[in-house]
Amino acid sequence: MSPASAARRKFLNGIAAAAGGGALLTFGSLLAVRPAAANPAQALRPPGALAEDEFLSACVRCGLCVRDCPYDTLVLAPVGSDVAGGTPYFRARSIPCEMCDDIPCVKACPTGALNPKLTDIHDARMGLAVLSDQETCLNFLGLRCDVCYRVCPVIDKAITLETLHNPRSDRHALLLPTVHSSHCTGCGKCEAACVLPEAAIKVMPVKLAKGALPDHYRKGWEEKQKHGGSLIGDQLEMPVRGLEGKAHGDVRVDTPPAGLDSGWKP
Amino acid sequence: MSAKRSISRPGSDAIRDKGWLAANRYLVLRRISQLTVLLLFMTGPWFGLWIAKGNLASSLTLDILPLTDPYLFVQSLAAGFMPASSALIGAAIVIAFYALFGGRIYCAWVCPVNVVTDVAAWLRRRLGLKSGRAPDGNTRYWVLAGSLLAAAVTGTVVWEWVNPVTILQRSLIFGLSGSLVVIFAIFSYDVLVASRGWCGHLCPMGAFYGLLGQKSLIRITADQRGRCDDCMDCFAVCPEPQVIRPALKKAGQESPLILDRDCTNCGRCIDVCNKHVFHFTHRFDQRSDS
Repeated sequence: MSPASAARRKFLNGIAAAAGGGALLTFGSLLAVRPAAANPAQALRPPGALAEDEFLSACVRCGLCVRDCPYDTLVLAPVGSDVAGGTPYFRARSIPCEMCDDIPCVKACPTGALNPKLTDIHDARMGLAVLSDQETCLNFLGLRCDVCYRVCPVIDKAITLETLHNPRSDRHALLLPTVHSSHCTGCGKCEAACVLPEAAIKVMPVKLAKGALPDHYRKGWEEKQKHGGSLIGDQLEMPVRGLEGKAHGDVRVDTPPAGLDSGWKP
Repeated sequence: MSAKRSISRPGSDAIRDKGWLAANRYLVLRRISQLTVLLLFMTGPWFGLWIAKGNLASSLTLDILPLTDPYLFVQSLAAGFMPASSALIGAAIVIAFYALFGGRIYCAWVCPVNVVTDVAAWLRRRLGLKSGRAPDGNTRYWVLAGSLLAAAVTGTVVWEWVNPVTILQRSLIFGLSGSLVVIFAIFSYDVLVASRGWCGHLCPMGAFYGLLGQKSLIRITADQRGRCDDCMDCFAVCPEPQVIRPALKKAGQESPLILDRDCTNCGRCIDVCNKHVFHFTHRFDQRSDS
């Protein structure tokens, strides 16, 4: 073998070894990486965080948002955690977001992974609260707990109490905490405050929590309001036998007095 | 002194002739520098005195100076995201600094992984370990290219999920678990598998800073190379031994300057040489005794 071809062989061997080693390392790291956007449901991103796949291309894991969070809400995920290593997140049940007016975490972000266009914290959508367990929620059981409703920073908009007849006692109301996605920021104060050992209301990533109507669905009452009247003309009012003297739609049947109202005396 | 003893304890002649401190001058200065960088981040969480916030990936010093690691910045770009102006300015400052003063001074004077691999190399010399096989020194450039390609393909900064350098820096500064795992992994790789394996062959961050400082000013010169008595201490202690020969032995160049981009400017060759062959200088200094 001539010296030139030996040198060439050595060079080519070197290139091959380097290419092989590099490729192996790269693919090894790719394998070690779980698919993006597979965070556990209870791990919430800071306010203004871009959509998960974009967030993972933008966040350099510097922790400046964590340092500027005055309530120690945000933490960096350690290696081997189920959240992408080094990225910021919070768990509502441990420390919820206090929804600072000046949003220091967003201001601290050097890359824009937390979108600087978020200037009103009420526009943040860190997640969406879901009353996930109606079997244990005290208000659903007929009690007046109301704690999630009371602590909500967007009270009466993000969470309202909807009144419903309580069929069990037949004489009380159920006041059901009801979340409205148009106002819920996902701060997690409701989940943190839930008095149960395991919260009945939980904040989840919006994508997980929110349903979606098919595009072609129209709500008749909204269309009617938009149109300024019924789109199909007024409904025909047909007489109903036995209810001729009553207003249309009043189908209550007159029954003889009974129970406490019966007038019966011993 | 036998050659074998010299390889296992390079610098023992220098300690005898110059004294311990002079024979470890740059080692001590580098440890102080590396520790200071970490401490600047720790005064905040420890004492409430905020000097530098964030970590080495991106930081804000004294609420005014933004610094962003350009390798992370480039990974973000490759993943299809244009970072905001603060990161852009921060990366520009870092690029300008290292391009001017020496790319891999990041490795030798800033990065905490260097402490781990230096100790591993020291232990390997002491134990006289010759086992294992180091990958080609160019592997790091393939890893660098691979990390950027992977970012482009996946649309995320994929290397940062496994990058032991940023994981260690972050874990140390934020007190996260993971420091010990990374230290153990790199340490055992460098001791048992490959001499100077991580920093000298694989690390794409080192490769990136090396490329960045290709034409940088601060260089080590073997200007007194006529005095060299071939004791091999500098070769034994150098983290990138291949960079010394061209300057010291005029192999392919006349200049006494160590111009290889892999040189980390750690100054250990200056420390361990009892003949005062090496000195720090700038890249236009061509003075030489032979």
